Amino acid sequence: MNFQFQDLNEMLLMGGHGVYVWAAVLVSLGTLIWLVVSPILQHKQTLKEIGLNLTREELRNQSGNKDI
Amino acid sequence: MNWTWFYRMGSPLWFYQSTSRWLPLLSLVTLVLLVAGLAWGLGFAPEDAKQGNSFRIIYLHVPASFLALAGYFLMATAGAIGLIWKMKLSYIVMKCAAPIGAALTFLALFTGAVWGKPTWGSYWVWDARITSMLILLFLYFGVLALQYAFHNQEAGNKASAVLALVGTVNIPIIYKSVDWWFTLHQPSTIKLTSAPSMHPDMFQPLLVMILAFYFFYALALILAVRVEILKRESKTTWVRELVEQASRQKIGAK
Repeated sequence: MNFQFQDLNEMLLMGGHGVYVWAAVLVSLGTLIWLVVSPILQHKQTLKEIGLNLTREELRNQSGNKDI
Repeated sequence: MNWTWFYRMGSPLWFYQSTSRWLPLLSLVTLVLLVAGLAWGLGFAPEDAKQGNSFRIIYLHVPASFLALAGYFLMATAGAIGLIWKMKLSYIVMKCAAPIGAALTFLALFTGAVWGKPTWGSYWVWDARITSMLILLFLYFGVLALQYAFHNQEAGNKASAVLALVGTVNIPIIYKSVDWWFTLHQPSTIKLTSAPSMHPDMFQPLLVMILAFYFFYALALILAVRVEILKRESKTTWVRELVEQASRQKIGAK
């Protein structure tokens, strides 16, 4: 198993096919990263929202005020 | 036969807790396989005699297409389980599988288009394989849209599940399209019944990438399902305890 290119510059060009290959790579990696990062952010956001609701409920119970 | 494991698997709490344990390892394995497979395919696999370096797109195109199809099967199966056993978790899995499947189908179409330009001279042709993949994308969109088309969650789940099940008829059509019609698309590189039509030096990194995509799919699906579980179970005691524990840890860290 050998590295198929003289140097990284040649790997970037890929004998004229670089544009196509790297476009596929970039779009694919972008999509994969989005598929993982977006649920992680949503997870954090959801925990935060549930926490806020809990605090609000506690405050309401303590004060007996239904309007908070 | 003892079926308790089956029902336990349908419990959102059980799913959330057991995936918490496995997520770090799953993420690590996915990352290692993806990086290794991509470096191997892009830099070390030999150049194709006819297609030159453009063939390297195969290392993304084939895994994405595989998982777009396998993901559809999973989504339809989850829908069927939901319809039959009314399991809470299976509808959640079905709902979460739809956007992931749509994204992978888009990737299969996109990488196919940029591979088509240098190979066939065109980004897009209305060819049997490509058109049936486009239909798959619309099926995924349909399942997603039906989820939000009903006020009643249960009705939305049932409608999505039925559409997903009816749509499975498209899967063998996609798979067989290169044999049934004259198409520009090259025949399958990998067949269950015969040896791959590729040199092992090219084929091994492809296998690594397919494996990487399977792991990635599991990771993305589990992450999405966990969010959905939290949202739906937000009133339960275990989620409250989890949130309280998380906020205590935050205060402790500060």
